[in-house]
Amino acid sequence: MALLKRLARQKLPPIAFTLNGQACSGRAGDTVLTALLTQVDCLRLSDFSHEPRAGFCQMGACQDCWILTAEGKRIRACNTVLEPGMNLRTIAEPRS
Amino acid sequence: MSDILRPLIVGAGPAGIRAAQTLVGAGIRPIVVDEAPSGGGQIYRQRIVPDERSPQDLYGSEAAKATALHETFAQIRDRIDYLPETLVWNVRDKAADVATGNRTRRIDFSHLILATGATDRVLPFHGWTTPGVFTLGGSQIALKSQGCAIGEQVVFLGSGPLLYLVAWQYVKAGAGVAAVLDTAPFSAKFHLLRGLLAQPAVVLRGFRYAAELMARGVPVHFGVQPVRIEGKARVEGIVWRERGKERRLACDAVGYGFALRSETQLGDLAGCRFIFDARDRAWRPECDMAGRTSVPGIYIAGDGAGIAGADAAELAGERVGLILLEDAGFSVDRTRISVLERRLAAIHRFRDVLEAAFPFPDPWAGSIADDVTLCRCEEISVGHVRAAVRDQGVFELNRLKALTRVGMGRCQGRMCGSAAAEVLATACNQSLDSVGRLRAQPPIKPLPLEIAADGEAA
Ligand SMILES: Cc1cc2nc3c(=O)[nH]c(=O)nc-3n(C[C@H](O)[C@H](O)[C@H](O)COP(=O)(O)OP(=O)(O)OC[C@H]3O[C@@H](n4cnc5c(N)ncnc54)[C@H](O)[C@@H]3O)c2cc1C
Ligand code: FES
Repeated sequence: MALLKRLARQKLPPIAFTLNGQACSGRAGDTVLTALLTQVDCLRLSDFSHEPRAGFCQMGACQDCWILTAEGKRIRACNTVLEPGMNLRTIAEPRS
Repeated sequence: MSDILRPLIVGAGPAGIRAAQTLVGAGIRPIVVDEAPSGGGQIYRQRIVPDERSPQDLYGSEAAKATALHETFAQIRDRIDYLPETLVWNVRDKAADVATGNRTRRIDFSHLILATGATDRVLPFHGWTTPGVFTLGGSQIALKSQGCAIGEQVVFLGSGPLLYLVAWQYVKAGAGVAAVLDTAPFSAKFHLLRGLLAQPAVVLRGFRYAAELMARGVPVHFGVQPVRIEGKARVEGIVWRERGKERRLACDAVGYGFALRSETQLGDLAGCRFIFDARDRAWRPECDMAGRTSVPGIYIAGDGAGIAGADAAELAGERVGLILLEDAGFSVDRTRISVLERRLAAIHRFRDVLEAAFPFPDPWAGSIADDVTLCRCEEISVGHVRAAVRDQGVFELNRLKALTRVGMGRCQGRMCGSAAAEVLATACNQSLDSVGRLRAQPPIKPLPLEIAADGEAA
């Protein structure tokens, strides 16, 4: 279930991307954090207690919004701009 | 003379842009680096793509200032070397290490202006890591930059002028605001009456926000002590204590913060001497009235030099530009410097009023429970810190970090540093300044693992 609720920018062009293998759509000018949290309510599990996290500062300071691309690259969701065709994965499995 | 001057400005917020404009005015070509994709800084942050909202919708009473600043930046754009989406991650011997995407390189500078601004100061309480809890600044970024509310029934909590401003911006944008929970007692707001003479427009605007919130039926509570967030997978409610009683409210998001804290890591790496700022309850690079740090050629302006707000940041940015020019042997308009200094002094006097009206929630550090997570990266509890004091006699922050890992995680103490200092000082019964400050370490933010260096690098 979504965490963020869109109030504006609804008419901007849709941007197609994939999240955990599912086709999704965001808006032009979305950050990856916005595109994801308007669909789901968790970005990753914390490193030690494996509790859900969904970002906190939205300005690149807290480092709580790291997710993965399908290629295994780590990206910080809140200051990465959503691009068409992005293939993204939340970090739902605890890091070993 | 101008061809040997190669100033580097870190931060394209109000301070950095005005500093750049001033240098450009003297025929100098500064390098301006900012992590963000466009200029404006925190308050005047720009959207990634334009949308249907006007500057008035986005910046409210500050729309004219926002537009003026963005226009200035556009006008000087081809007379500066601007590196957006670029992080300055280290400073050493007249050079900075900067990373853009997956590349890092070294930039030599003749002078350095640190205009790095601030981030929210947060304090932990039960459940503050739950999805749906964001900082106040983060809540505002969601709205301004992304056109999103952090939830459908949002509670705003904390202290500081941003508390009422963000709540009001949410209501204006059509978001559901369940309540405003102010940790300060109502009586603290009488201090604002003193501010009416000094900065009438600012004070009246604040009163208007509060009045409009109440008129729209948003409950405002004073003297609140946060107890816990309810909900495991996401926020379901908030519990707080007020006049000795516990109260609960259902909500699906919480935005909170306790004013701001300066971003000071680069000044530390550059070897600047630090002083303790009692008003900000934090250490920051020491600087004179003009923004000169203890290291020749390194200057500081804006909220990174102590919290003073966006208007002060613009004035300080211009002043530091003029001072740098004067130090480099240019003749500058001394009358203008005096004007800037007078205006800055007035704002600083007003800051004391704001601090009294929106005080830090003392004695917060003593009352917080042992099992509250203090460090959200390394997941260290408040009890760990107290145990380190009790069992290992710790009384200094870096020692605490080495022993408990508080502040050692990815955020480098940006989220837990203020709270760790407060808890440590209270636990070992010392003053806040005497427990010291967390040392900055390069890279000051995590770099991509696959980073590659251009030429000589770290
Ligand atoms: C999230 C947030 C929201 C705010 N909202 C309001 C508001 O609505 N109204 C209000 O009056 N005040 C607000 N403030 C306070 C206001 O933003 C500041 O007083 C003002 O912006 C200070 O200007 P500045 O130029 O000092 O710094 P900033 O505007 O913070 O700009 C600093 C810039 O430096 C960049 N930067 C920092 N470190 C680095 C680095 N290492 N490498 C590259 N770039 C870097 C940042 O990306 C940023 O763009 C807010 C503050 C925050 C943190
Ligand atoms: S939400 Fe804090 S770094 Fe992204």
